[in-house]
Amino acid sequence: MHADTTPTRKAAALAAFAGLDHEPGVPKPDPILVVDKVVRRFGGLTAVNVDHVEIQRGSITALIGPNGAGKTTFFNQLTGFDSADEGSWTFNGKQLKGVPAHRVARAGMVRTFQLTKALSKLTVMENMRLGAQNQRGENFFRALIPGSWRRQEDEITERAEELLERFKLAAKRDDFAGSLSGGQRKLLEMARALMVGPELVMLDEPMAGVNPALTQSLLGHVKDLREEGMTVLFVEHDMDMVRDISDWVVVMAQGAVIAEGPPDTIMSDPRVVDAYLGAHHDAPMSAEEFEEQLQEAEAELESEIEEKA
Amino acid sequence: MDWNTIFVTTVKASIGLETVVYALAAIGVNIQFGYAGLLNFGQAAFLGVAAYGMAVTVATFHLPFWLGILIGLAATIVLAFLLGIPTLRLRADYLAIVTIAAAEIVRLVFRSVKFSSVFGGSDGRQNFSGDFFAMNPYSPGTYGIGPISFNERVTWVLTVGWVLIAIACGLVYLLMKSPWGRVLKAIREDEDAVRSLGKNVFSYKMQALVLGGVVGCLGGFLFALGQASVQPDLFSTEFTFYAYTIVILGGAARVFSPVVGAAIFWVLLVFVGNTLSEAVSAGLLPSLFTVNNIGAVRFMLVGLGLMLLLIFRPQGIFGDKREIALDAR
Repeated sequence: MHADTTPTRKAAALAAFAGLDHEPGVPKPDPILVVDKVVRRFGGLTAVNVDHVEIQRGSITALIGPNGAGKTTFFNQLTGFDSADEGSWTFNGKQLKGVPAHRVARAGMVRTFQLTKALSKLTVMENMRLGAQNQRGENFFRALIPGSWRRQEDEITERAEELLERFKLAAKRDDFAGSLSGGQRKLLEMARALMVGPELVMLDEPMAGVNPALTQSLLGHVKDLREEGMTVLFVEHDMDMVRDISDWVVVMAQGAVIAEGPPDTIMSDPRVVDAYLGAHHDAPMSAEEFEEQLQEAEAELESEIEEKA
Repeated sequence: MDWNTIFVTTVKASIGLETVVYALAAIGVNIQFGYAGLLNFGQAAFLGVAAYGMAVTVATFHLPFWLGILIGLAATIVLAFLLGIPTLRLRADYLAIVTIAAAEIVRLVFRSVKFSSVFGGSDGRQNFSGDFFAMNPYSPGTYGIGPISFNERVTWVLTVGWVLIAIACGLVYLLMKSPWGRVLKAIREDEDAVRSLGKNVFSYKMQALVLGGVVGCLGGFLFALGQASVQPDLFSTEFTFYAYTIVILGGAARVFSPVVGAAIFWVLLVFVGNTLSEAVSAGLLPSLFTVNNIGAVRFMLVGLGLMLLLIFRPQGIFGDKREIALDAR
């Protein structure tokens, strides 16, 4: 709905993807995030093993995959919340491996969480203000002199109010964040992430637990991010949403990227179908396989007869 | 029953040395636990190293009083870093385990025979408060209203103590209204969210631990100076738990709650204790109660009172009921 009014960015994003190969790790014309050979093992289990993937600047890219594909672990690694065993990745050309989470956020790559993390006992407005960067009053000694940070605080408040207005949370500004509904918390978390001033917004299941009435408005907000020039990478299970808003889809299964492509055709890609439904789920049985199964069944029957006799 | 004595001692307890010491310790705990959510169960150790740092410098090594204060402060900060660096990156419970163990280690080192030439073993250290009382501006005599009065030495200790409490409360007020305090409160709610917003959580937790320790250590200095002696067993783990009780009694994350909490806690203890002992000596209680066991009965009754308070007013005296309601969601 929002994107239709200003179709330029969407068209630009789609143009960037036109004619690209549908192979995993296909190079993009202007990648903001480039990931190389990232591996994460938990004991014997390899949770993530991504060979190469690029995220196009100014686009909305969806990261999908069956449960346990390693999407959230991959997210955690990219944003510094978990460490990678091997590999490297660059954001705007800047090496980010081993960089702690708060530095990743400062670099302009801000994430939200699958289980929303509203800061319950802070008001909605305080939640928003917290997102602003380079606050003078966050230094211990300057905090003691209110005059040194008041003006900046007023500017931050003004910016926060605009965002709250846009996300329809303005009426809640003085309520505790803990008193908001699940969907409102999702909105607050997204608005708070925008206070950081990110270039790349990483949304971990933005639609989980949101009632259908709010879904449309959340979708609109995600599209707006692209219209403002931000890049969005999100994890989602809801395929309707993926089809509706994403420009490009990356599919993970068993820790690896198995396919990429535009949202309208990706679900008919045989590799993706295999990943979701299991390989050979609908392949016709060959003559040899048929013969083999028949013999097995006969042998079983005979042995049973012998036992009874 | 001598109600007059009970009344006078109770009123004196509300502003007395124990109240001052526990209020300062509790202000420190309130910064760490109330605002930043850090479970520091070793607050007694912070007061202990400060008190001993000063006492040992003056009494054992015969160095100047102010150097003793500096060494006490430095010891507190070093302790905070020692405890914080390995644990603040981990989950909250690790800090609790490490601090409670460290507090016992500190106390046992102070009372050990091996170091008794330095720390004085279980007798502790005396003869270090001379310089402090030499600064006393009050001339000899008693100060106060009628029977509720103190001699010039106690008056001097209490004056310094209440000035320090006022400064500490002012500091907490300014900090917690600032963006710095906002980050601290946010860390208490959810560390990962704060990290995702570009704040260095470890650094803020360390600042809170150091600040809470330093405020608490002022209580350690006053404890030592007010009694003109330090003993290791003053700084046992129950000291820390009293400080926590005081914070929760007053209401966590409120500026004045540790001060009012400390006053109420000591008023209750002194009032119940004195009333019981007066009642025993007047033969008003059954023979089950003797002079020897009313000390324990006193704590039972105060404990009962605190339980009732937390059942009927879980947010403490100054707390906001809406915040407690959020926890239940």
